[in-house]
Amino acid sequence: MSRIGVFTCWCGENIARTVDVDEVAKRAAELPGVRCSLNYKYMCADPGQAIVREKIVSEKLDGVVVASCSPHMHLKTFRKAAQAAGLNPYLVEMANIREQCSWVHHDRAQATAKAIEIIRLAVEKARNDAALQPIRVPVTRRALVIGGGVAGIQAALDIADAGHEVVMVEREPSIGGKMAGLSETFPTLDCSQCILTPRMVEVGQHPRIKLYSYSEVEKVEGFVGNFKITIRQKARYVDISKCTGCGECWNICPLKRNLSEFDYGMGMRPAIYIPFPQAVPARPVIDKSQCAKLIRNGCGLCEKKCKAEAINFKDEDRFVEEAVGAVVVATGYKLYSIAKSQPKTTLSGYGEYGYGKYKDVIDSLQFERLVSASGPTGGVLKRPSDGAIPKSVVFISCVGSRDNAKGLPYCSKICCMYTAKHTMLYKHKVHDGQAHVFYMDIRAGGKGYEEFVRRAIEQDGAQYYRGRVSKITQEGGRLVVRGADTLAGMPVTIEADMVVLAAAMRPADGIEELAQKLNIGYDEFGFLLESHPKLRPVETNTAGIFIAGACHSPKDIPEAVAQASAAASKVQVMLAADELTREPEIAAINEQTCAACFTCVRTCPYHAIERAELRTPRGAFIKNTARVNPGLCMGCGTCVSVCPSKSADLLGFTDQQVYAEVESLA
Amino acid sequence: MNIGYYPGCALHGSSNDYEQSLRACLSTLDVQLDEMKDWICCGATAAHSLNHKLSLALPARNLAVAERDGFKQLFAPCPLCSMQLLKAKKAVGDERVRKELSEIVEADVRGESEVLNLIQLFEKIGVERIKSAVKAPLKSITAACYYGCLLTRPPDVVHFDDFEQPTSMETLVAALGAKTVEWNYKTECCGAGMTMSNEQIVLELAHKILSNAAEHGANCLVVACPMCHVNLDMKQAAVERRFGKKLGMVVYYLSDLVGLALGLSAEQLGINRHFVTQA
Repeated sequence: MSRIGVFTCWCGENIARTVDVDEVAKRAAELPGVRCSLNYKYMCADPGQAIVREKIVSEKLDGVVVASCSPHMHLKTFRKAAQAAGLNPYLVEMANIREQCSWVHHDRAQATAKAIEIIRLAVEKARNDAALQPIRVPVTRRALVIGGGVAGIQAALDIADAGHEVVMVEREPSIGGKMAGLSETFPTLDCSQCILTPRMVEVGQHPRIKLYSYSEVEKVEGFVGNFKITIRQKARYVDISKCTGCGECWNICPLKRNLSEFDYGMGMRPAIYIPFPQAVPARPVIDKSQCAKLIRNGCGLCEKKCKAEAINFKDEDRFVEEAVGAVVVATGYKLYSIAKSQPKTTLSGYGEYGYGKYKDVIDSLQFERLVSASGPTGGVLKRPSDGAIPKSVVFISCVGSRDNAKGLPYCSKICCMYTAKHTMLYKHKVHDGQAHVFYMDIRAGGKGYEEFVRRAIEQDGAQYYRGRVSKITQEGGRLVVRGADTLAGMPVTIEADMVVLAAAMRPADGIEELAQKLNIGYDEFGFLLESHPKLRPVETNTAGIFIAGACHSPKDIPEAVAQASAAASKVQVMLAADELTREPEIAAINEQTCAACFTCVRTCPYHAIERAELRTPRGAFIKNTARVNPGLCMGCGTCVSVCPSKSADLLGFTDQQVYAEVESLA
Repeated sequence: MNIGYYPGCALHGSSNDYEQSLRACLSTLDVQLDEMKDWICCGATAAHSLNHKLSLALPARNLAVAERDGFKQLFAPCPLCSMQLLKAKKAVGDERVRKELSEIVEADVRGESEVLNLIQLFEKIGVERIKSAVKAPLKSITAACYYGCLLTRPPDVVHFDDFEQPTSMETLVAALGAKTVEWNYKTECCGAGMTMSNEQIVLELAHKILSNAAEHGANCLVVACPMCHVNLDMKQAAVERRFGKKLGMVVYYLSDLVGLALGLSAEQLGINRHFVTQA
């Protein structure tokens, strides 16, 4: 005979307004197995919890049903309360009479009747509850950071400084990400390289950070605390353990006219190159699509010149495995492709802006390189077509962003700020120049941000037009920008020497494939999904995997860094313990009755069920069976529904419990 | 090959030189224009600025008639006509609208005929086939291809080429042995019907189009729209007077150039009836 306590919550007026809580408590007391039933205004508040604790003890309860809100909201709260009173926390059930009853109904009598039915189910479930113990899994006290931009660097340094080993994987030949290519940063105009490169060096030299540059995550196996990562080290054709970074090779390379990826095509680089002088590691890589030796066995000058004998034309992709306990994904962003050809049919470019057709129509990252002291023009702003100093520059914001017609409804958040910055940098370099900005709204929320935009307008004289540009054409060597000034209600035509397009931010290439490898969610645009937008912003729905920076949503440097530190602190919490505890509501397989068909092994979305053998204590083979890995199982119940021999069950949600609930309604 | 032909008001009236050019050029390519019977006005600009339903019903009736007469393909040489037909076709994708329109026009509108503009018709015939049929390559021609506003717009109705930077006409013209120029006013408005109500606007726009083509080295314009031809050819003298400069820019229909390359004479194609002719 059960001794269950039912605790009905008013939730202030949230429940009591629609549901007659006195009637509910009275009727619940009559249910079979119920020892006591009462209601209270705020069951989750401390006095409410005290009632639960007190009744557990005084009534010797062996089960608790709290009729209140969603279990997402307060199941943990009441489990803790029960545990404090000495009851196994998995003997607590929630009856959701708020979200699923009082909030969605108007008729008081009907809502009350429904609330009683919901409680009836929960009581039946509680009567069939079994005490469960949390699962303990060991932790590998190392972390993987994917992406070596500013977010990845911050996360890696935070974790490593806390005493844990970090493995960093960066796809490009150098870490530094987008930030390494920026000129100066808003709202302080401090030089991007000056603040970032020391951090890059720290990563490169940190005794607890193992850096895999020019590498990608190939495969992810395992589970929280125990991931096994396979890393592909792409063929670099340079042995970085021998290379000294002296530079003889890239100086001698005769193929110097290749578009530089780091300069977004604004500058040139040799076929063997380091992306930029401050690269970490400062070791070159050979572009196999351009190297004469690798294409047709010619040249080979760099190999002859290299005293360290570090050039290896026979290099191949290599695979290494690393064991880690946690993963931080910080893969960053790329810009919306503005030209008319688009990778996805849901996007359409801006043919009307002539990007790719007119050389002097460039995107914002290209502009950053043109005004950067480390850029291809040494910081002198010269336009790409003829190297002339542009005397009139038009900046267009929201190119792609906030434009459903172009496929991206969201705001890219940072463009208002960097466009204001661009006008300042331009004015500081070209004193007699005029910057024009076309904008939709100015979104400058942030410390010192609004003031910064005002400075661009009031001190540095940028001319702002609220409106869109409809077309850019080229006439007589100048760009003609035609748009609208919606505040003046007039069409505007501006002759410009250069146009800079603030293209929308999109997640980096390959994000979907990576997310699938990691088994984490992403939205329709490819941005990674957080577990909860407010309360779990750096966690994903897969335990042990965290996100930081622009792979999650468009964000600026301070935000990316803050999120990276947050992710790092979550990792540190995880790695601080010897073992992790996980909720025990996972699948269990009755290995005696298992028919070893392994349908569950094939259908498990988390690869959490494996083939095993049942043996006697002396090791004699009895039979094959499926076995659940408690570290991996997410408790989804897929195996339960596919098992033909009914050998799989979900602890805390057993078939017996579900049937009891259903039958109670009959 | 026989093809359903919807002439619209212009091709039998002010732009019958366009029809002459089409018939001459297309018959050389063994394409006969089979004019649909009992066609009515497409509604043009007037209908859709007054009554949305009317603007769908008029072209819907034309679609129904074309389908009744078994035309799988319907060629509308005027881009406004073809756009209106496509708009109706898109609208009847919604079964509720289809029923309503069928009731209004007292015929079953199915919206199954394929609607073609002039460039699409040539593409259907085959650029390679046309290229191999060229007898007199147009070496002396450097053309600015002018699409105007409606050949490529609205993009979600016409689904034709890139609506800001189209290139299909250039591909065709290049196949005839002529040169084309990259210029700025390919898809800008010529002023269209404003030619009646506010000529000044048309003169300004036409001036921009004609002079920009000339500045980029073109010696003629190519159009695939009767209205564009009116504003750029017939009004060219007025543009010259207004802006005090000589333009002398010949404006060809696309079919004129194809016809010339296939060996037809200017007279056969009606080019001699244009206002601006090669001096």
